Amino acid sequence: MSASGGFLLVLAIMLPAGGVLVAVATGGRIARLAALALLPCGLVLAVAIAALIRTGGVPLEYRVGGWAPPLGVALRADGLSAVMLLITAIVIAGIALFARDYFPADAPDETERRAPFVFWTLLMGLWGALNAVWLGADLFNLYVALELLTFGAVPLVSLDGKPDTLRAALRYLLFALIGSVLYLLGVGLIYGAAGTLDIAQLAAMPHTAPVFAIAAALMTAGLLAKTALFPLHLWLPPAHAGAPAAASALLSALVVKGSFILAVRLWFDALPGAMGPASAQLLGWLGAAAVVFGGAMALRQQRLKLLVAYSTVGQIGYLFFLFPLAFGAAASDPAAWRDLAWTGGIMQVVAHAAAKAAMFMAAGLIGEALGHDRIDGFGGLARALPVTVFAFGLAGMSLMGLPPSGGFVAKAMLLTASVAEAQWWWAVAILAGGLLAAGYLFRVLGPAMAAAAPGAPPVAEIPLRRQAVVLGLAVFALLLGLVPLRPSPLLDIGRATPPLVLAR
Amino acid sequence: MSAATLYGLLACALVGIGLYGLAVRPEPLRKVLAFNLLGGGVFLLFGVFARRGAGAGFAGDPVPQALVITGLVVSFAATALAIALVLRLRDETGDAALDAGDGKAE
Repeated sequence: MSASGGFLLVLAIMLPAGGVLVAVATGGRIARLAALALLPCGLVLAVAIAALIRTGGVPLEYRVGGWAPPLGVALRADGLSAVMLLITAIVIAGIALFARDYFPADAPDETERRAPFVFWTLLMGLWGALNAVWLGADLFNLYVALELLTFGAVPLVSLDGKPDTLRAALRYLLFALIGSVLYLLGVGLIYGAAGTLDIAQLAAMPHTAPVFAIAAALMTAGLLAKTALFPLHLWLPPAHAGAPAAASALLSALVVKGSFILAVRLWFDALPGAMGPASAQLLGWLGAAAVVFGGAMALRQQRLKLLVAYSTVGQIGYLFFLFPLAFGAAASDPAAWRDLAWTGGIMQVVAHAAAKAAMFMAAGLIGEALGHDRIDGFGGLARALPVTVFAFGLAGMSLMGLPPSGGFVAKAMLLTASVAEAQWWWAVAILAGGLLAAGYLFRVLGPAMAAAAPGAPPVAEIPLRRQAVVLGLAVFALLLGLVPLRPSPLLDIGRATPPLVLAR
Repeated sequence: MSAATLYGLLACALVGIGLYGLAVRPEPLRKVLAFNLLGGGVFLLFGVFARRGAGAGFAGDPVPQALVITGLVVSFAATALAIALVLRLRDETGDAALDAGDGKAE
């Protein structure tokens, strides 16, 4: 717990926050410059924090103002935080490089200059909020980080100011507000019962009293609304499909993961044992329903961005297999399998972030080149935009779970754990989800490979540089397939009980 | 009945009214108002915990009060954002219904 390491945690939150202040104070094109200048700083910072944790083998901690919990608020980085900091920095770098040309710096009229300014400012704001979620060690501080995330995400949905996206943004905001107030109610109950909100202190005390289960249930329900787990997904497709491509990538790849990781922290770090195996199974079933429903709805969409948004609904479902599998159905399940499920679940977060960001950006380029995103009008696309369609396909491999890709590693680990723990029903859902994903991706790639319809309007040119950014992220999603198929030692750093044992 | 119990029951009532309004009322403005009632109930609950949790001879635990102040700021910002979206929606379409655009062809 070196002091210098702790300082890095503060920087990870304060650098993007400082960027927001600079952008708001100066306005205009400085916002874009500030965001682009932050990219290398953020990457270096994330790598440095991960390296310190990896070599030290213990979490980094920083006590703000020198006050110890429970009065003070701590920042804490364990292996999970390090992985999330890294993937956030990488995906945000990809999105920012893509958006550099997406939002031209000097648009003629006032409203068109406003959208880029808002985008670049909120990009930095969301980065800071995400880092605050990964690093928070206090349940109330995490509530504030979660709200920052919502306030940054909602305006991105309605950047174009059209009525449809305004409705989508408002619906998103209302879902998110219900979610956060339920979370806050749970925080209040926990404080009333335990007198502390520090995650490590909560973990150290017994929490079999019913009030902890009620609080955890309220908080989980709130977080599910923000994560858009079926059946609380209603806000997601219009919001993610309506936003500009760069913003959709940010929302789908990273923002929904913030509340998911918070749910993981609540269940496994703060209140291990407050929730029984039955509730873990319930979360898994909701996840399975999301996988099937999201995949089936994606198959039926006529427009590419809606298809990709429904694919997010399905892929979020996979994340929730983490709960039943990492808890284990029976205490007799070997710890190694539960640990494998833990790594697999987090790997799915990482792989989906990279693949979905690439996919939304590819969808954005396709929409720009054709002037529409109706799938039945995609003839001749592969000939006109080979790099973009190739990137779309590579990202799709990860969603399907084809080897070698990050999605394959994640799904293989979850699959192995579900078979080894004799919870075969998750294996059925994982395989069915892969088939559905293959179905909806070929529905896009098929027309794209076909010859252009005679008399079809010409496809606009897209600079190769912009297509290369999308391809870069898609290749990164593929390279994640090189991660070894075993429990990750980095992800186990800072876990109180690496082989999770249920208290009951 | 102690003051803490009374305030606790009031908080429960506010939370219930707020949840009912959010679930049943279709108009966005009413939903925002219901969210504020719900938030008010939760904040009142924090006040109850401040009184009940006070130990060591203090009249009240200051931590929940600090949390409530932060929560008020957050919920004020949320309300402002929601109202801004509702106003903009009304400016664009003439009414602020959430469901008008659903299923509408473009």
